[in-house]
Amino acid sequence: MIFLHADTPAWMLFPIVLPLIAGLLCFLFSRRTFVIALAAVLANFLVVCLLIYQLLVFGSMRCHMGGWQPPLGISLRTDGPALLMLLMTAVTGLAITLYARGYFSYRIFDPPRAGRHQRQQRFFWPLWMLLLAGLNGLFLSNDIFNIYVTLELIGISAASLAALSGKPASQLASFRYLLISLLGSLTYLLGIVFLYRSCGVLDLDLLQNLSNNGPGVRAALALMSVGLLLKTALFPLHFWLPPAHANALAPVSAILSALVVKGSFYLLFRFWFEIFPSTITTPALNFMGTLGAAAILWGAIQAMRQHRLKLMVAYSTVSQLGYLFIAFPLARVDGSAQLWSIVIFMALAHSCAKSAMFMVAGTVFLHLGHDRIKDLSGVRATLPITVFAYGIAGVSLMGLPPSGAFIAKWMLLSSSLASSQWWWALVVMSGSLLAMIYVFRVMSRFFVIPEGVSFIRPAPFSPLLEWPALALALISLFLGLVAPWPLHILSQGSTALAQSFPGGLP
Amino acid sequence: MITTLLYSLTGLILFAMGLFTLIVHSHPLRKILAVNVMSTGVFLILVATAYTPLGQGEIDPVPHAMVLTGIVVSVSITALALILACRVQETSNLDLLEKSKQSKARKESGA
Amino acid sequence: MTWGQWLLVSILLSSFLPGIIIFALPEEKHHLRTILNLCGSTLKIALILIMDTWIYLGHSFEIRMVIIPGVELLLNGDPLSALFATLSSVLWLLTTVYAVGYLEESPNRSHFFGYFSLCVTVTIGIALAGNLVTFLLFYEMLTLTTYPLVIHRGTEKSLRAGRNYLIYAFSGGAVFLFAVVWLQAVVGPTDFSGAGFSPSFVDTHSTVLVLIFILLIIGVGVKAALVPLHGWLPQAMVAPAPVSALLHAVAVVKAGAFGIIRIVLDVYGAQNLLLLGVLPLLAGVATITILYGSVRALQQDGLKRRLAFSTISQVSYIALGMSLVDQPLALIGGLVHLVHQGLMKITLFFCAGNLAETLGIHRISEMSGVARRMPLTMAAFSIGAFGMIGIPPTVGFVSKWYLGLGGLAAGNWWVVLVLAVSSLLNACYFLPILTKAWFGKQQGPWPEELYVGRFETRLMLLVPPLVTAFIVMAAGVVANAQISPLAWVRFIVREYGL
Repeated sequence: MIFLHADTPAWMLFPIVLPLIAGLLCFLFSRRTFVIALAAVLANFLVVCLLIYQLLVFGSMRCHMGGWQPPLGISLRTDGPALLMLLMTAVTGLAITLYARGYFSYRIFDPPRAGRHQRQQRFFWPLWMLLLAGLNGLFLSNDIFNIYVTLELIGISAASLAALSGKPASQLASFRYLLISLLGSLTYLLGIVFLYRSCGVLDLDLLQNLSNNGPGVRAALALMSVGLLLKTALFPLHFWLPPAHANALAPVSAILSALVVKGSFYLLFRFWFEIFPSTITTPALNFMGTLGAAAILWGAIQAMRQHRLKLMVAYSTVSQLGYLFIAFPLARVDGSAQLWSIVIFMALAHSCAKSAMFMVAGTVFLHLGHDRIKDLSGVRATLPITVFAYGIAGVSLMGLPPSGAFIAKWMLLSSSLASSQWWWALVVMSGSLLAMIYVFRVMSRFFVIPEGVSFIRPAPFSPLLEWPALALALISLFLGLVAPWPLHILSQGSTALAQSFPGGLP
Repeated sequence: MITTLLYSLTGLILFAMGLFTLIVHSHPLRKILAVNVMSTGVFLILVATAYTPLGQGEIDPVPHAMVLTGIVVSVSITALALILACRVQETSNLDLLEKSKQSKARKESGA
Repeated sequence: MTWGQWLLVSILLSSFLPGIIIFALPEEKHHLRTILNLCGSTLKIALILIMDTWIYLGHSFEIRMVIIPGVELLLNGDPLSALFATLSSVLWLLTTVYAVGYLEESPNRSHFFGYFSLCVTVTIGIALAGNLVTFLLFYEMLTLTTYPLVIHRGTEKSLRAGRNYLIYAFSGGAVFLFAVVWLQAVVGPTDFSGAGFSPSFVDTHSTVLVLIFILLIIGVGVKAALVPLHGWLPQAMVAPAPVSALLHAVAVVKAGAFGIIRIVLDVYGAQNLLLLGVLPLLAGVATITILYGSVRALQQDGLKRRLAFSTISQVSYIALGMSLVDQPLALIGGLVHLVHQGLMKITLFFCAGNLAETLGIHRISEMSGVARRMPLTMAAFSIGAFGMIGIPPTVGFVSKWYLGLGGLAAGNWWVVLVLAVSSLLNACYFLPILTKAWFGKQQGPWPEELYVGRFETRLMLLVPPLVTAFIVMAAGVVANAQISPLAWVRFIVREYGL
């Protein structure tokens, strides 16, 4: 370990290895699993901060596993977008870990079902660590087949997590989720086969340099895109998402909605705009934008019609994912500087806000025993912090200033007007208004305090159930004010130092 | 060359057949088998890609490594899917029970 | 940071911090909460007066924070923002006193006062906003902070009103955002620098600029309750009286009217608007709103609803003044009405709240003879009503006088006609209330007599309307003095070089 100086690329192994080891330990030891997981998540957060520091100082880095150079070896890479996604995962993951602790201890307190809840907690931690390792690997990986492996890792652990609650509905939903995710990865794998036939390499940098534009590459990209779109749940491939996300346990819903769908989206965006930019045509971009627009409107309308809070939040995810795709026809408007900024802001803000919202839904569910929207009255009196967190997360989903989503929407609007594609701007605006309706439909219920009913707060009410949600909601709200920082990180990676050491510092 | 093409086409057909079954049939076991057929198709294409006639250069090891990884992943996912399918089967029976209970309750209230 | 920047920040914090602390306070700590509120509002007035003095002496303040290229937060103290900030802070102090008295014994007070403080912070933010992006930020936050106040009672009716309010306000906000982004795409940064953008854009982009102007006016017109975007305002009357006073006199409608002023004077500039020829459009909308509001007010029996329609009508005087932006006299009339209308309307709402809270009177038909029971309240109400009609020496007369003079100077005789008709209608819907209250006979017991004590009502409810009524008279009498709203507005108009 003496080789681990601050400037060695080997640090980027830690976000993958740490959660893997922690998952193994959580599986082996049945006690203190929370402490192990928390330590891993904290360490992960610190390492990600270190990696960002490395990026700012040395620029983009490569780490060749075992000293093997591509095309034979497998390499990892850090750059602006990857590190911001890692940071998103680390921060949201930290909050979700804390929340899950509060959630499970509250449920275990319930004597008749304590055993079952204990078992759920027992399996939650190793699976969550595995998922975290998969996600971190996905963001860091620079090898297209390696990405397939991480996708499968994520798929397996996510489906098992979704099945954890044991309710019939959730098992059916997670079975379908597993099949869909499998279908997605198989399609992706078929795409890899085509790609390997046409190009003969799997390393992303090499693929980017080849800039091959033959029919094989086109077919490969189409197959990989379809596979990833299935996993990202873009309209009309979203059908599996609401049941799977809404029927899972609250911390699991937060993980699935905030992080897992972002992983496959991140790949899609990278493939389209960085690896194969020459293959992409304007009609294809417009097609994606149209699907995104349909997702925004359809998801929001469905969210307005739901009677259950968690389903509402899940459909809101469908809607919010649409914004990521509406960025496709607009991403290249103002040059490459803006390429990632829209989607990164959208993803960061949505990840924090949506996980906060699922946490709120989970707390409300624990508190009332149900989440029917029309019977939510009076929650404000007993759970003021939770309701506050919901409000702030809602503001962020609506994209009001100063949230991070506002910055993303501003950039969407200005690039759509600058390139005379004003119809995207109209969709973005109506999406925000629809979001306002579904957010406040619930909010107004929270505010009603029925007369003559006194709520007694159940005894072991952990602060861990309320504060992580508020913290995440506040982060997503004030993300807009610290917007220069993510932009600064995004603009790194092409510094002089990085160019003189293309393979990373020795 | 023709050998490669033949195997690849077979693989594609397998993939398409699996996809068809996956979409059309609703039984969980059929779906799992369909996915397995699909992955076999993909592996077949991969192996065919690596094919080099005897004595004409070295064999490319990368597709083989990919197939091996793929098979491991496929096996473990099949196991997981089977467990989940069993659970779904049990709970769907439960569902049926609940439905009959509901209809019984409805009959009683109607009577 | 310079001391001037600290001043701007502390002006915002002086109500923001009390608001946050109030949220954290337990419900029972009434005294601590009241002290906190009063200290905060007094401190805010003091700070704003310091700012006024320095602005008068020719200093300027600015805090700029670049978020992304094109999106900057800019707080800026100029004479116009000083006008609105002073108005809001003074009326906030009075409304706080009133609200403490009004909400005695009612539940959820910490909630109410918390949002109340945030709401005023945001209003001051609107006053200090130095560009359209910052204005938009506070404009949307204003909707968010006033929503809990509108639905404070939690009844189905108030929820419905709140929902309508949100739909109107956020739709307006969305249109506004769209227009701001578009304007920035066309002419670049939109700081409130005083001169508007360069006239060269008018030649090249005139159609687009007209369209953007209409969208911007629609965006702020929702809050300023321009017809046909006024639907939320009468419904929002279900809120408690201090909230209605705040919504109608200080925060929401004034934010909209202030937005119109900013767009006309600072974003576009008088010169460009004349070149674009869109001012008649604004004048038309303002005229329709003035007349429509007055006519609808005539038909209402609910006292607060009548006042609400009266607000719709009166706020458009400001828009009317803005549509005559090339006439300094009309501009003075419009700007000074921002202050005058606030003072008069808050007096009327305080009095209406007193009637409801003391005697349970909500309808005009129940008001017969009420002046004998509550003479001081009705005296204040009468002064406010006279102001609305425009009888000298109240402030209402001053505004109408300047508007009329400006209209004549421009050769627009119809402005005088509109003012005359509107005053007549004002008289038609206020004078019957006054005669009924002063000369009518009490018919049976009051609907619900809630308070019997030494004074006609609780002291904290009585003092604020008397103070504002006094200002309504005094500011009219000393309109020409060195320290009066009119003098300050003249200073503003001088600063704009008109």
